[in-house]
Amino acid sequence: MNVTLRIWRQNADGSDGALHDYKLTGISEDSSFLEMLDVLNEELFARGEEPIAFDSDCREGICGQCGLVINGVPHGNEGPSADQNTTTCQVHMRHFKDGDTITIEPWRSTAFPIIKDLVVNRSAFDRIIQAGGYISVNTGAAPDAHATPVPKQDADRSFEAAACIGCGACVAACPNGSAMLFTSAKVTHLGLLPQGKPENLQRVTDMLNQHDEEGFGSCTNIGECAAVCPKGISLDNIAFMNRQLAKAVFKGL
Amino acid sequence: MSEMISGLYREGEKIADTKAPTDVPLAQVWEQRKFNAKLVNPANRRKLSVIIVGSGLAGGAAAASLGEMGYNVHCFFYQDSARRAHSIAAQGGINAAKNYRNDNDSVYRLFYDTVKGGDYRARETNVYRLAEVSAAIIDQCVAQGVPFAREYGGLLDNRSFGGVQVSRTFYARGQTGQQLLIGAYQAMERQVAAGTVKEYPRHEMVELIVADGRARGIVARDMSTGEVKTYTADAVVLATGGYGNVFFLSTNAMGCNGSAIWRAHRKGAYFGNPCYTQIHPTCIPQHGDQQSKLTLMSESLRNDGRIWVPKKAEDCEKDPRDIPEEDRDYYLERIYPSFGNLVPRDVASRNAKNVCDEGRGVGPKIDGVARGVYLDFADAINRMGKDAVSAKYGNLFDMYERITDDNPYEVPMRIYPAVHYTMGGLWVDYDLESSIPGLFVTGEANFSDHGANRLGASALMQGLSDGYFVLPNTINDYLASGPFEKLDANAPAVVEARDEAQARIDKLMSINGNRSVDSFHKELGSIMWEYCGMSRNEAGLKLAIDKIRELRKEFWTNVRVPGKSIGELNQSLEKAGRVADFMELAELMCIDALHRSESCGGHFREESQTAEGEAKRNDAEYTYVAAWEFGGDDQPPILHKEDLVYKNIELKERSYK
Ligand SMILES: Cc1cc2nc3c(=O)[nH]c(=O)nc-3n(C[C@H](O)[C@H](O)[C@H](O)COP(=O)(O)OP(=O)(O)OC[C@H]3O[C@@H](n4cnc5c(N)ncnc54)[C@H](O)[C@@H]3O)c2cc1C
Repeated sequence: MNVTLRIWRQNADGSDGALHDYKLTGISEDSSFLEMLDVLNEELFARGEEPIAFDSDCREGICGQCGLVINGVPHGNEGPSADQNTTTCQVHMRHFKDGDTITIEPWRSTAFPIIKDLVVNRSAFDRIIQAGGYISVNTGAAPDAHATPVPKQDADRSFEAAACIGCGACVAACPNGSAMLFTSAKVTHLGLLPQGKPENLQRVTDMLNQHDEEGFGSCTNIGECAAVCPKGISLDNIAFMNRQLAKAVFKGL
Repeated sequence: MSEMISGLYREGEKIADTKAPTDVPLAQVWEQRKFNAKLVNPANRRKLSVIIVGSGLAGGAAAASLGEMGYNVHCFFYQDSARRAHSIAAQGGINAAKNYRNDNDSVYRLFYDTVKGGDYRARETNVYRLAEVSAAIIDQCVAQGVPFAREYGGLLDNRSFGGVQVSRTFYARGQTGQQLLIGAYQAMERQVAAGTVKEYPRHEMVELIVADGRARGIVARDMSTGEVKTYTADAVVLATGGYGNVFFLSTNAMGCNGSAIWRAHRKGAYFGNPCYTQIHPTCIPQHGDQQSKLTLMSESLRNDGRIWVPKKAEDCEKDPRDIPEEDRDYYLERIYPSFGNLVPRDVASRNAKNVCDEGRGVGPKIDGVARGVYLDFADAINRMGKDAVSAKYGNLFDMYERITDDNPYEVPMRIYPAVHYTMGGLWVDYDLESSIPGLFVTGEANFSDHGANRLGASALMQGLSDGYFVLPNTINDYLASGPFEKLDANAPAVVEARDEAQARIDKLMSINGNRSVDSFHKELGSIMWEYCGMSRNEAGLKLAIDKIRELRKEFWTNVRVPGKSIGELNQSLEKAGRVADFMELAELMCIDALHRSESCGGHFREESQTAEGEAKRNDAEYTYVAAWEFGGDDQPPILHKEDLVYKNIELKERSYK
């Protein structure tokens, strides 16, 4: 199939970027979106132009390294329902029509500076985790795993929150550039488990402070984040986090 | 110097692991080694620094643990966040000898299964220790908040994996690797906040610094800025994962590379069993020539799916639903009636290749041959109902449909083997120390625990065992004689390593030929798959060596790397460095495969088979680890043999009939 690509190109954060048009022919419908970009890059190479920089690693929808805004939607809009959402690497060309024009842009957020073309720096997420997104346990002397049973329901809800891959699509979709979905997923994952409870309130305050310090915006319940999340992380997590926050505020933390 | 063997290598002296105590029973070896190892007093630890390359299960767990102990840790990785290391992609599960199912599992049984599964080419002491610490891994991960699957009573669930007869595999839906890695990553980020660990994202190790015979640091390239810098420490740990990407198409992540271990090899670290590659039987077949990687489908599918191809080649293009029962060949059930579809990975893979080579493969043709076999759930759906099948495998079916656009509830899936894991890696002793003092190697990057074949759910176990429990208890023995004299940035060893790295980059940028890096990588990959893949023979391997040498020559005269080397991200340059190293590693893999003229594990030598066409091991001649020493540029490598001594396990033929 043949497509026209409008791709954001930019050298480093601060320098001006712009959309550039590229025509591409002979793409297999079975190719993934990133394989299509690989083909484009080989063609740019042959023409003596510089290939387009974009991030990807596992190409199995799990590492969270890839992420493009495709036709205005983070990771693209592959299907009609939210559970069709996926990572960029799992979008396939058969979802486009021959002759389509496809616009491709990087994640946009002040907290994610552009490194080059479609590659951004998401280290702010790591710093939110450093602020408290863990359970304080040292290696080597953990009690037997069966010593603390976890009700299946809590375990399952915790698991669903833990499924966040930290890709940053939630931030890219949010008009406020908020990272509340990401932050709340971690708060919920750890907060629902007995192992994580002792630190719950301190964790939520510390992580939220870091969130704000990184320049992420506030949450105004728009819900765009959950709509694009490739792993179906739900807005319930934000509600859970807000309840913890209220408790923390009450305790003066 | 000893004589040249087949014009390709020389044989050097035998080597042995000297760190595992030999005078105590197997079950006391680890205890004894820990007791004998020197300790470092807590106040002195902060004066000692360790560089860890890699933030996967092996590197992340080690960074967290060494940081907690109070060492000064520097952790480098090429992804943008430590959480994205390739361990994240593991689906199936992690083994541990917990015997929570009361099904007679034990440390000894896990040890036994692992040694047998590796076709008796792994070291007894290392494997026993792996089984021994496995239970503590689960405890540690649960304490960190890893959300393993649980039962209604709140206790952990288990399943069985890869045909073993006990249920010892712990899992977190199809995301076990992700959840384990997030646990290690969070533990590591906690240490970053505490100031004991400093992380270096988007940094690629491009050279090892060896001074006075010891590993003392690395040269790393900041991938965002292109800056090449040196970092020194008292010890270096490589936890850089496997080198399966030498085949271009594999289930590995795009960035997986062999550069760190290859650079270390060139500086004196022996390379153990480089040709041992695991081919995984249940991957989605290649769709065409735009393909960039292959996707694994969890092996658990073989518990209920039935594998078949048409009996007659002329049926291969028909809709499989129109092929009647009597015209289907359920070849695994036919050849291996007692194990059927659950034969080990190497057996399943080889048989799939055989039927496709006979012209009975299905699906799109690549280079004229259809390489796919059916994995059919029709019987399972009849027996269990569609809902039950969906509850068990739904997410895998969805993933399959997304990639292939076929609905596996209606049409049988198509699968084919793909390169998945490398059992070879840098040679290490019981302490996980390589042949360069002060250079430790953990996880998939070392060779030690899996032998010629790796059983399912054992790589995650090894990564975490190395990172949480083994290395933190062995590296202190080395560090106790530190801190070593500070290595100045102008010291000759440092300057030399930096200059070497820079010269390579400059050379790559200056060639300015006609071909792209990817085109070389693809060509190398197809040579390796054809001649050093699932089945190998002497003539093919010799041909491959010639082809690789030619290709390498062309690479260094005709590659073109666009962009700049400094001041900005240059992904072509990153790939060029990795492919350059793969070119050299590939040749060693072929030489190793050539010299080991027995079949074992995933390594099938056509010259060594039984009358029935099964792999034939040759214990009398090959019960050793092949540890290769770098011989110099354009010089033959030197083979050191480490005899494998089995005191506790009797070597038996692996039969699945
Ligand atoms: C699809 C898939 C499914 C799997 N499923 C299972 C399973 O169910 N059970 C199981 O036990 N095993 C499974 N495995 C195998 C297992 O996941 C891996 O063997 C294991 O995770 C490797 O861990 P590691 O820490 O050694 O390396 P990795 O996780 O690969 O980490 C390597 C690290 O090194 C860094 N690195 C590499 N090279 C450089 C360099 N030159 N410079 C700087 N940094 C570098 C990377 O950035 C990364 O941080 C699976 C593997 C795959 C591919």
